[in-house]
Amino acid sequence: MNTLTGDRTEAASFGVVCRILDFYDRDPGMIIPILQKVQEEYRYLPEEVLLFLATSLEISPARLYGIATFYSHFSLEPKGKHVIKVCDGTACHVKGSGALIETLRSMLALEKGVKTTSDMLFTLETVSCLGACGLAPVVVIDDTVHGQMTPDKVRVLITKIREEEDAEA
Amino acid sequence: MPKLNLEAVGTAYEHTVSSLRMRIIICAGTGCLAGGSLNIFHAFKAEAKKHGVPLHVELKPEDKPALLLSKSGCQGFCQVGPLVTIEPAGILYTKVTAEDVPEIFETTILSGKIVERLLYVNPGDGKRCSGPSDIPFYVRQSRSVLASCGLIDPENIREYIYGGGYRAAMEAYTAHTPEELCTIFTDSGLRGRGGGGFPSGKKWALTLRQQADKKYLICNGDEGDPGAFMDRSILEGNPHSVVEGMMIAARAIGAEAGYVYVRAEYPLAVERIRKAIDEARDLGLLGEDLFGTGAHFDIKVMEGAGAFVCGEASAMVASIMGGRGMPRPKPPRTAEKGLWDKPTVVNNVETLATVPLVLRKGSKSYRTVGTSGSPGTKTFALTGHVANTGLIEVPFGTTLREIIFEIGGGVLDEKGNVDNDAFKAVQIGGPSGGCLTRDHLDIPLDFDSLGEIGAMVGSGGLVVMNRSTCMVQVARFFMQFTQAESCGKCVPCREGTRQMLDLLDDIIEGRADESTIPLLESLCRTVARGSLCGLGKAAPSPVLSTLRHFRQEYESHVVDKRCPVGACQALSDFVIDGLLCRGCTACVKACPVGAIAGEKKAPHVIDTERCIRCGACMATCRFGAIRRGGAA
Ligand SMILES: Cc1cc2nc3c(=O)[nH]c(=O)nc-3n(C[C@H](O)[C@H](O)[C@H](O)COP(=O)(O)O)c2cc1C
Ligand code: FES
Ligand code: FES
Repeated sequence: MNTLTGDRTEAASFGVVCRILDFYDRDPGMIIPILQKVQEEYRYLPEEVLLFLATSLEISPARLYGIATFYSHFSLEPKGKHVIKVCDGTACHVKGSGALIETLRSMLALEKGVKTTSDMLFTLETVSCLGACGLAPVVVIDDTVHGQMTPDKVRVLITKIREEEDAEA
Repeated sequence: MPKLNLEAVGTAYEHTVSSLRMRIIICAGTGCLAGGSLNIFHAFKAEAKKHGVPLHVELKPEDKPALLLSKSGCQGFCQVGPLVTIEPAGILYTKVTAEDVPEIFETTILSGKIVERLLYVNPGDGKRCSGPSDIPFYVRQSRSVLASCGLIDPENIREYIYGGGYRAAMEAYTAHTPEELCTIFTDSGLRGRGGGGFPSGKKWALTLRQQADKKYLICNGDEGDPGAFMDRSILEGNPHSVVEGMMIAARAIGAEAGYVYVRAEYPLAVERIRKAIDEARDLGLLGEDLFGTGAHFDIKVMEGAGAFVCGEASAMVASIMGGRGMPRPKPPRTAEKGLWDKPTVVNNVETLATVPLVLRKGSKSYRTVGTSGSPGTKTFALTGHVANTGLIEVPFGTTLREIIFEIGGGVLDEKGNVDNDAFKAVQIGGPSGGCLTRDHLDIPLDFDSLGEIGAMVGSGGLVVMNRSTCMVQVARFFMQFTQAESCGKCVPCREGTRQMLDLLDDIIEGRADESTIPLLESLCRTVARGSLCGLGKAAPSPVLSTLRHFRQEYESHVVDKRCPVGACQALSDFVIDGLLCRGCTACVKACPVGAIAGEKKAPHVIDTERCIRCGACMATCRFGAIRRGGAA
């Protein structure tokens, strides 16, 4: 993970973006890998970076926006520090992922339609199948896979992260 | 002159292997990694150091190790992972933790005895099994595509070569013309595993016939189907089989460039296939002048960005070219006009991993397994309410009964105990597939017989469901999936699936009337007929299939306003929790139809026959003792 946590003034410097562009030879065919790398840096796709990319790649901003909104991995909004993905694929759904989602929503006090907590600490997403169905239901927190989850186990995990964050603060 | 002597690599490797006394294999598939298998790996290293036993973690040609510790890809039995296998004894330890390692080391590695408590216990009869040779989950399978997944080290190309790897590719380039290859594969009857079961040899022959200066091959590793993970396991467990398959396919169609399109949700698969491609290129197996024949072929990896529809061939092509992954109308097929308008073959990961096996066996011999219309084996991801979940491989034509009750170890009831009477249905083929019921338990599973009953093999997800599952909710689940994943290009799919989802919500939430089901059915027909691509065309399948086999369950929701299994909140009976109820009688007074009875200060009960499910009691109870749910 990188240091540029969606800070707009830093986003405006575009140094990292230029390096990414050069790595892919400014090839418009490479838009998707480029967006992926840019998102790794900023953890989302800031509007001014998108505009800068469109100009550099000589494609219309509308086209770039179309691509960025088409793929579910791209986020145009800043994400929380910890990203929680609950699998709601078939296997996980049948094994009770719904209860996990409800537990997390209430623990994180997320209103309907809201994904990120107001303190920017957590983002809750659902995904369809992580390919670890043997362990259903599955929750991934910051790229670590947790299998055979229950609401209780989820509560423990989140409480632990909160405690660590409080200790750091 | 061939640059690379495969025999020599194999012999050098054999030389190293022959000194091995024991091999400890730690499963490093996604499931076991999640369970902490890397800690186990490190614990073994530490233990060996403590005992002063030389332990190797990589087989290099110059070494003569006695003890090897290696990582493998998914062994399919993730549910009881992390797994540790000891070869050649064939011992499989399940649910291993790093704390178990000292005991395994002393008992098994040093003294050659078994640690009984880490063996798998068959839930059916309580028998302890020592390894794959007596675990029912493995015994009944016939693993060929998955045979090496879980044994070899996916990150060591020499192991793959030692096992006979890349010989089929060499044969394809040095001993066959592209035409011959197409004929061999057409004769073998190999059908694509990506969903539709299109004959691979025919697809290749069609592409070979096209006149063009360039042709492309794409390996479809998108695996969008929820509940399926075979492509992931193959890419992680035996990536070289995919590379070799791609080399053969490329030769058959005359392609010089290939792409592997992998989901970004599969980071380990991306890493392992990248590494495999690099290793193959380093040995001269990819790149220029393959096997001294002057032919070129190289492969690039492209990570998907989270759109299910990109699994569709023309959408995948658009996505690789850097656009929105939207399907386009056909014809022309991608075989005629694909990447940069050049002829392009898209093949699934499992298909490509099967390709070298077909060439090794010969097309006649390949046909001896499976059914006449669907030769060979198929991997299935067995999940849901079944005792042994995991990845399995069986010949086409195996019945559901064998898969669920023998390999899967039986159906689990609501409490998680094996109870075969609890079986209700199996969902097969993901969001494009359908449901199978008790009546279908003995139908041979293959492309044709499933097609006849309105289901499909699809990618091979098998989700077992017990009697606590509401089939309307299952249909809604898939509808929600396709609705969210529709690319939005055509109206029937974009708007039709939206309306279908709303109608299903009406049914589940009690707003449906007698017009709802007929309307839903007519929408199904419209969406199936009018949609542009396979996503929309198949979107109604789960609805139609559940309607066909479980119509009563739908009608019960619509007419009686009741969910027979008590899963739909709005249509489920109220129950009083006897432990929480204080017997205050507040609910008795609140109930407008007198459905609640009970003594003061003793737990009350609700007469579900009389209850009109208005919710007044729940709203009144101050102890949270009344809730919805509970099967009838
Ligand atoms: C909406 C949709 C999604 C698909 N997803 C996949 C997928 O994830 N993986 C796959 O191999 N094929 C998928 N397919 C099928 C492919 O379009 C194509 O038929 C297949 O990759 C061909 O490979 P095969 O001939 O080896 O089966 C999908 C098709 C549709 C219509
Ligand atoms: S359905 Fe959740 S991991 Fe596959
Ligand atoms: S990951 Fe180890 S068995 Fe699947």
